[in-house]
Amino acid sequence: MDDLRDKYIAAIAAASDEAALEEIRIAAVGKKGEVALKMRELGKMTPEERQSVGPKLNALKDEINTALTAKKSALSDAALDARLATEWLDVTLPSRGRPQGTVHPVSQVTEEISAIFANLGFAVAEGPQIENDFYNFDALNIPPHHPARQEFDTFYMHRAEGDDRPPHVLRTHTSPVQIRAMEKSGAPIRVIAPGRVYRSDYDQTHTPMFHQVEGLAIGKDISMANLKWVLEEFFAAFFEIDGIKTRFRASHFPFTEPSAEVDIQCSWVDGQLRIGEGDGWMEVLGSGMVHPKVLQAAGVDPDTWQGFAFGMGIDRLAMLKYGIPDLRAFFDSDLRWLRHYGFSCLNQPTLHGGLSR
Amino acid sequence: MKFTLSWLKEHLDTTATLDEILYALTDLGLEVEEVSDPAAKLSGFTLAKVTHAEKHPDADKLRVCTVQTDEGEKQIVCGAPNAREGITVVLCKPGDYVPGIDVTLSVGNIRGVESHGMMASERELELSEEHDGIIELPSGEVGQEFTDWLTEHDPAKVDPVIDIAITPNRPDALGVRGIALDLSARGLGTMKPAKTAKVAGAFASSIGVRIDTDARDGGCAVFAGRLIRGVKNGPSPEWLQTRLRAIGLRPISALVDITNFFTYDRNRPLHVFDADKVKGDLRIHRAKGGEVMTALDDKDYTLAEGMVVISDDTGVESIAGIMGGAATGCTEETVNVFLEAALWDTIQIAKTGRALKINSDARYRNERGIDPAYNMQAIEDAAQMILDLCGGEASEVVVAGEVPDVARAYKLDTDRVQSLVGMDIPADEQRRTLTALGFVIEGDMAHVPSWRGDVQGSADLVEEVARVASLTKLEGRPLARGTDGIPAPILSRAQVRESAARRMAASLGYNECVTYSFIDQASAALFGGGTDATMLENPISSEMSHMRPSVLAGLLQAAARNQSRGFHDLALFEVGPAFSGGEPDDQQVQISGILVGRTGPRDVHGEMRSVDLYDAKADAEAVLSAIGAPAKVQILRGADAWWHPGRHGKLCLGPKKVLGVFGELHPKVLAEMGVKGPVVGFTIYPAEVPLPKKKSATRPALAIRDLQAVERDFAFVVDTDVEALTLVNAAAGVDKVLIENVHVFDEFTGETAEAQMGAGKKSIAVTVRLQPVDKTLKEADIEAVSAKIVEKVAKATGGTLRG
Repeated sequence: MDDLRDKYIAAIAAASDEAALEEIRIAAVGKKGEVALKMRELGKMTPEERQSVGPKLNALKDEINTALTAKKSALSDAALDARLATEWLDVTLPSRGRPQGTVHPVSQVTEEISAIFANLGFAVAEGPQIENDFYNFDALNIPPHHPARQEFDTFYMHRAEGDDRPPHVLRTHTSPVQIRAMEKSGAPIRVIAPGRVYRSDYDQTHTPMFHQVEGLAIGKDISMANLKWVLEEFFAAFFEIDGIKTRFRASHFPFTEPSAEVDIQCSWVDGQLRIGEGDGWMEVLGSGMVHPKVLQAAGVDPDTWQGFAFGMGIDRLAMLKYGIPDLRAFFDSDLRWLRHYGFSCLNQPTLHGGLSR
Repeated sequence: MKFTLSWLKEHLDTTATLDEILYALTDLGLEVEEVSDPAAKLSGFTLAKVTHAEKHPDADKLRVCTVQTDEGEKQIVCGAPNAREGITVVLCKPGDYVPGIDVTLSVGNIRGVESHGMMASERELELSEEHDGIIELPSGEVGQEFTDWLTEHDPAKVDPVIDIAITPNRPDALGVRGIALDLSARGLGTMKPAKTAKVAGAFASSIGVRIDTDARDGGCAVFAGRLIRGVKNGPSPEWLQTRLRAIGLRPISALVDITNFFTYDRNRPLHVFDADKVKGDLRIHRAKGGEVMTALDDKDYTLAEGMVVISDDTGVESIAGIMGGAATGCTEETVNVFLEAALWDTIQIAKTGRALKINSDARYRNERGIDPAYNMQAIEDAAQMILDLCGGEASEVVVAGEVPDVARAYKLDTDRVQSLVGMDIPADEQRRTLTALGFVIEGDMAHVPSWRGDVQGSADLVEEVARVASLTKLEGRPLARGTDGIPAPILSRAQVRESAARRMAASLGYNECVTYSFIDQASAALFGGGTDATMLENPISSEMSHMRPSVLAGLLQAAARNQSRGFHDLALFEVGPAFSGGEPDDQQVQISGILVGRTGPRDVHGEMRSVDLYDAKADAEAVLSAIGAPAKVQILRGADAWWHPGRHGKLCLGPKKVLGVFGELHPKVLAEMGVKGPVVGFTIYPAEVPLPKKKSATRPALAIRDLQAVERDFAFVVDTDVEALTLVNAAAGVDKVLIENVHVFDEFTGETAEAQMGAGKKSIAVTVRLQPVDKTLKEADIEAVSAKIVEKVAKATGGTLRG
């Protein structure tokens, strides 16, 4: 029996492919194989003989089977290794193209601003860009022929002959949304209104279309000191610089009283602007307490309600934060600019995850 | 508004430094735009004395001088003819920068003689054009700062010029005296009393004045004048010329310079007529229209009906309050002058000035509002100055109309200042501030000074108090949250959709653009716009003349610009407004994207190909899905003319509910816009996508079937114009429970196909997936469904099963 075992174990070890292995299996443990023939002989044995030979035969059968399985797996591993060795690819070839899109800085910064003000309870209001002169001027305490109107470089819409209404304008600021928002929902109210505005001006630093965000907060006891706090909080969050300082300077806007222009702290180092440090100041927005006449025009009682409003340039904020030099390039759609200054679609600004990455 | 420091000090008695004044101006709301301080470039130059001068041994025109300086005796070689012993000079030392010659000095050696600096001429220090010799001072000590000497003896030379921006509400600050008043209220000095004259009339004016009835309302409130005869007009005195030059005005003659002086000193425009050129009386009236007048700027202006003008017997002599006429203007020869001080309606001035496009100092002030109460005093003050500078004799004053009463008072609520501004300003301080600004406080009422037309209510008092107290001192105070707890979402559904669409498009590889809302007429017309309704009255250029009817137009222009820069494979999108008309309601948000060129650069994987409309369709579907549009939409044809007529589809919910369009842009449109095509793209109309009826976060329960699904393929022969979706819908409609999905996996079309299946035929192959619900399908069940599919497809499309 040991001879049998040695013979087949050696044969299995020597088998070079699966076919040879199968022949060995049939010869050894197949139905008519040698081990099977030996099994048949058990019937002719005495019970005692059977007691000792039977288990041995079974053990031999198991051993051969195990050896066959192991060899089979070794053979197929070797075959796989041999195949894989031929399957070499140049992994330094370029990957398959995955187009990378971008979000425009104006959109990104608008979302950043919305995220910050949402935290303070400001909703986002909207209004039309072709505006009638009531919302763009009169309701904002800028009567017809007031010199302030001339200072806006307003674009006017054409009026058909026979249409005697004053011409519509392209809104010169987002302030008309103040009126529309208050008309719609009354006081108290907290809204920001981002969007396109238009002024007839084109040079190094001006484009005939740009973006503003208006802010409006009306309540029972909202003061200019609250305005200052809100703006300081905003700038700290937006520029991601703690304790950024602002400076209020008296100014005049027909729709606010008192009015202030607001500067943020900055310095110039080697021709580069640094926000939030040094002792220089840069003007970033106009603001003030909403004029009683404006509240009245929007149907809000100025004896009961008061609050602040502000307006700032979104494009300008984007330029300051992200170091974008030229406003005109914002609207030129140069692919190189879009790719360089644009944002990944997954970089959605949130306060918990951070505004910029 | 420009003025000089010394001019300011004519009105303000102050010891404040220039920097303190500049800071206060800006802080008060009179924003300093520019300061030029001539003293700055002269600082460091000191006085010295020439103690000895002798001829240069080697040059006839040069002198070697021994100069006593604050650093001892120095040797200086000088070429000036007046360099001689005993004179006091201005010394520039080695290391000093000399502005007039743009040189930083060093120790020189001139023909063998060392020279330790130079003695400057006026031109070398940019004080004047004088260069005939070096400066010789009549006084001064060795070592004294030259700027100190100038301040003492010739202050105009070191007079800082300050330019401030004036907001439209502050015409009072268009006069130096008004600026001084603000500074004094801030505590930067005290006001000097105004010079007030009273000139007795020696005779009756031979020129009378009257205001026609039609010019009284909204024209001219009061017109005062007086004749001054026997004047000698010529150059005005040096101090006045210097002052005017310093603020950028050209001195003309004494009479004209006097009017300019009052314009800037007191915000008080005046006019002077050469009385000998005026025929008859002066009459203020409205123009009939069509009159032409040559103004003092030598331009001809054609007047429109209703403009307020001043005429004599021969015609219009002045565009009232804006610019006088050349015919009656004063010249050097003028001996009899008629002085005018009038009060014009601000709106009328603004309208006329704008219509005639005249920007004069007079218009600028008269349209913002001058002090009405000063009118009658102004004619005295100006007459006195004319008499002082030009001599002559003044007539009695002639007046038409009346000085309007602008007296008014508002309640000063000192608590309101506190509540509105959030600053602690004691009530007494508030009253002091207003008093200092010229208000008269009576109890809790503040009477407004006549020159502050902008103060029109109690809120304006708050502003005055706050700005004088200084907003710089304002301390931030936390704004209470609107609601307790976690803030609720604040974006509207539409806003969320715009953001989702934007980020989806960017994730699909598109670069977001922001293009102008206005485009040229021709491009607008290609997209159904360009009509007068969307035309700007005053476009900045013909490239930006019409509001865009479609976002696609701007994107195609962007594509053309990029192609010209050498970028040919583009994916651009924009989320922005389009304008179907010229009314506020005619604005809609569009989400548009375009694909131009190839899917990417040539690549080793051979995947690069031209973009086609199925790319645009996939992107349109993805964007629609991102904004929550239903998955199942109809695809109809017949969109606008800028799409390729055979290669576009409207994504619809019913024939009238178009959610978006995708397809290839019409080649003609591309050609006209200079874009090399083909270009495919999409436009989504997010407002058309219905909002979900009920907002609930709960999803329907997931139904997973355990029974084995079965797939069967069918190939149909149909006419070439049969659309795949018709076939798919027919098949899917056979059993909506059992048929889970019908998927087109092949289209066989073209010449080979027609050769096999007949002319005008093609084949469409679909996989139908059957998902049994309650029992396993038997072959007979499958056969039955298959037969029905063939039957329904045949009925819907005329197609037959391909053998």
